[in-house]
Amino acid sequence: MDQPAGYLHWGFILISWPNLLVIGLMVVLFGLALVLPFPGHSSSVNEEKKP
Amino acid sequence: MSSAAGEPTDSWTAAARRQLERRLPWENLLPDRQPFYVGSWVYVFGVVTIAALIWVVLSGVVLAAFGPQWWHLSSAGRFVNSLHFWSVQVFFVFMVLHLWGQYFMASWRQGRAPTWMIGVVTFAVSIVAAFTGYLSQQNFAAQYIAINAKDAVNSTGVGGFFNVLNFGQMYGLHVMLLPIAVIALVFLHIIQVRMRGVVPPIE
Repeated sequence: MDQPAGYLHWGFILISWPNLLVIGLMVVLFGLALVLPFPGHSSSVNEEKKP
Repeated sequence: MSSAAGEPTDSWTAAARRQLERRLPWENLLPDRQPFYVGSWVYVFGVVTIAALIWVVLSGVVLAAFGPQWWHLSSAGRFVNSLHFWSVQVFFVFMVLHLWGQYFMASWRQGRAPTWMIGVVTFAVSIVAAFTGYLSQQNFAAQYIAINAKDAVNSTGVGGFFNVLNFGQMYGLHVMLLPIAVIALVFLHIIQVRMRGVVPPIE
């Protein structure tokens, strides 16, 4: 742990593997937030729900 | 203060009260119902960011109370130090996810530009707060970061005031002025959201 991280060097792209991993996980989390159903969420478009 | 007939006077306090009552009624400030479209995980990102900020502040208060020897040398200190560090990571990850969500639904629509801009300023101030945190660790990493950052900071022209090699200044900014700024901006951001309501999805 107590040493410099490894780097991905692809053309002009230079990024450490830990940073790339975090960005990848954030993109996955964002995608999941768009597609996963929200608990207690019915399909009626006009209905108002309590939070 | 009201006149004899009960009509509000034109004092600045009465004018401020009328403005607040008109623009931020209690049912907007503390709503018990939300529009249907708020039922999505995308709207949770902002709330998680606020939750992380609360943990950042609480753990930071404990660290400031006990000091560097405690947070480096004792088990409890190292735990709270890690709690502070990792809640900052969660804070930034979810702030950026919140930013992506609001960007792709163009949240500055329908008079919400001030809300968006305050969010942008909060993001910028948070980065400075985190940077001064790295400089306040009281270890070799903090010295390494300060030495490497000084030329970049000087090249921006702010080095005359913002001296990354001055630990007292960096620590003071990190534990006092910048947290106050971030908390005040987040408070203002939430008030703005409550004034105009949550932005609806793009039709």
